[in-house]
Amino acid sequence: MKMSGARMVLECLKREGVDTIFGLPGGAVLPIYDVLYDFEGIRHILVRQEAAAGHAAEGYARTTGRVGVCLVTSGPAATNLVTALQDAMMDSIPIVAFTGQVPTHLIGNDAFQEADNVGITRPCTKHNFLVKDGKDIGPIIREAFHIASTGRPGPVHIDLPKDVLVKEAELIWPERVHLRSYNPTYDGHPGQIKRAAKSIVRAKRPVFYVGGGVISADASVELRELAELTQVPLTQTLMGLGAFPMAHPLSLDMLGMHGSYYGNMAVHHSDCLVAIGARFDDRVTGRVDAFAPNAEIIHIDVDPSSISKNIKVDVPIVGDCKSVLAKLLEAVREELKQDVPAAVRDGRRQWAEQVAQWKRDFPFRYDWDDDVIKPQYVMQEISNLTNGEAYIVTGVGQHQMWAAQYYRFTHPRRWCTSGGLGTMGYGLPTAMGVQAAHPGKLVINIDGDGSFQMNSQEMATCFTENLPVKTVIINNSGHGMVRQWQRIIYKERYSSVDLPGIPDWVKLAEAYGCVGLRVTKPSEVVSAIEKMLSTPAPVILDVCVDKDECVFPMVPAGGANTDMILALPSREVKDKAAKSQTGF
Amino acid sequence: MSTSNGSGGSDPRKHTISVLVENRFGVLSRVAGLFSARGYNIESLSVGETLDPAVSRMTLVVRGDEFVIEQVTKQLHKLIDVIKVSDLTDDSHVEREMVLIRVNAEPQHRAEILRTGDIFRAKVVDVTPISFILEATGDEGKMEALIELLRPMGIQEIVRTGKVAIARGPKSKAARRAEPVKARPRGPDDPRVVGFAD
Repeated sequence: MKMSGARMVLECLKREGVDTIFGLPGGAVLPIYDVLYDFEGIRHILVRQEAAAGHAAEGYARTTGRVGVCLVTSGPAATNLVTALQDAMMDSIPIVAFTGQVPTHLIGNDAFQEADNVGITRPCTKHNFLVKDGKDIGPIIREAFHIASTGRPGPVHIDLPKDVLVKEAELIWPERVHLRSYNPTYDGHPGQIKRAAKSIVRAKRPVFYVGGGVISADASVELRELAELTQVPLTQTLMGLGAFPMAHPLSLDMLGMHGSYYGNMAVHHSDCLVAIGARFDDRVTGRVDAFAPNAEIIHIDVDPSSISKNIKVDVPIVGDCKSVLAKLLEAVREELKQDVPAAVRDGRRQWAEQVAQWKRDFPFRYDWDDDVIKPQYVMQEISNLTNGEAYIVTGVGQHQMWAAQYYRFTHPRRWCTSGGLGTMGYGLPTAMGVQAAHPGKLVINIDGDGSFQMNSQEMATCFTENLPVKTVIINNSGHGMVRQWQRIIYKERYSSVDLPGIPDWVKLAEAYGCVGLRVTKPSEVVSAIEKMLSTPAPVILDVCVDKDECVFPMVPAGGANTDMILALPSREVKDKAAKSQTGF
Repeated sequence: MSTSNGSGGSDPRKHTISVLVENRFGVLSRVAGLFSARGYNIESLSVGETLDPAVSRMTLVVRGDEFVIEQVTKQLHKLIDVIKVSDLTDDSHVEREMVLIRVNAEPQHRAEILRTGDIFRAKVVDVTPISFILEATGDEGKMEALIELLRPMGIQEIVRTGKVAIARGPKSKAARRAEPVKARPRGPDDPRVVGFAD
């Protein structure tokens, strides 16, 4: 079948099962937008800035498990998209991003709106393609979706020169994708799995450390079964939240820099740490030489390069979390048929008591105030009023950490946050993508006043595309996380962190045709959230919170997880922190 | 507990890594970009076609301890266009590089330069009344020795290729790898061998 390259792109997307694309037109992709004009079966959501198209595709992908798609033009559009690509790269999110390119005969000529797109996106994508011939469009799109969604997922970028989009060519649609150079390992090594099962069953102080890999492999069911069978306590990374219900007695909530005291202590004192789809990020490990110093480390990951990258691993298992956990379950059942030594049973009992005591003695806590709203309280109420069932998206900063600490997640794929890259402005556009994928469902963007302003223009998209995202701005009139670091580590020298009350968020919401609400008193928080939840339109709820509130616990950068501070430190601790700080 | 940048690793040394890649647009920059992005140093790099024109071979010389080299091979393997990565360092193999040397050749030195060249099986590829250009191939040690001997005559310019390397024996390393597990250089429990498609 012969058709223009532009039509071929959309036809291939349809065959890949794509129902929604996020994009913004421009010169080089006009042929696609012309076909899109009366093309049926694909919804196009017009964003206001290209990075938002990328983030929306991320939100779509994270909450559906399918590949998210975005489409933007050449040059500045492609460079705007780079942040979203790197974000998806760091968090292993499967998206396919299309950019326009100047016609092939002009490439390299410094033509209007030209940039070396594939050169720029090479380090921030799993793979990228420059299409030079229309007949390659089908096979390349096929490969792109395959690469994005298999192995360790990630973003794939396809650069489309305008003349390739205009010219007619034969559509080639390979039934199967075979790449001789790309064969991700899905099944773990049976010997290693057996070894891991033995270690888990024989360990006195085992802990599971669960990351986003469990979410992307849809392995929550297997994980829960394994945890309940072995009764091993379980802590989740920022990316892993939702993989295991937070209310479960075995849950130790999040670990890491702003993780729970009990999660970090359990990992530190563990003698057998099982990392499942997690990558020992520096925000999790703190000082690596002091991380889980006495633990045998078992690491399950689909990406071999994650293993022994930051921390030397004793039992590496390369494979898909779902398949490996299923096999590990079998192996553990087998192992449990044998007698467990009494010393191990005693050890496990003491461990369970110890962990329970940490949990009891050092929960997440904050000081209540009758007059000023504490941000943690807002998170608790959002969690209560939605039963932990809403789709939660965040920006980056203090509010993100509070949401991670206090929202009681019950299901996987309901949580979107920028973990690896820490992209401020991630919240609103990602929430749009989530809402587009789940019409009629409740999508809440918990954002900060600083973070929100980096993509607030997308309120227009929410309004015009009927995406009733609920944005809660935890408004502390500044860059709270930076302020917190300046307070604790930089001797209260507050530098460029205040954003005093500008703009008026209620008026801004109204200017975009949306609903604006504001709450300033703790006693009104619940009714304000209820009002927001029952409003069918996009809402901004401006919650004016205590600007001096800090996120605790906190492991100062460069510190070990046991150096965690639980409240504002004394002057001498601050001085010590200032001396030892090794960079933000 | 040792870490990748801690003291647990072996001493850094040179590794010769042979990489089979799809002969495609951009593949060299993918490999080069990986090294710069991760802060590894390439000491030398050479690229050429293989028997299959769709496949190129890159021979990389990288310095690093065992953790760095493990990451280098894993990261190379992660590139979609990379078909196979082999570290030849600890296997029996032949390494060669070529050097072209423009050396001053005053009358009193001409005979000695030629004699030295003969010892190293170097060819004279250009002659002027006051200079020679010598072409020599060999491993790195031989090239260094030749250069040191010629240095007193006054070397004007040196042009060296990257290193190329091939495993010794009747079969290619890839063919040997395809044989049963016992042919693998390391046991299956070794973390460095799990997870690779080969």
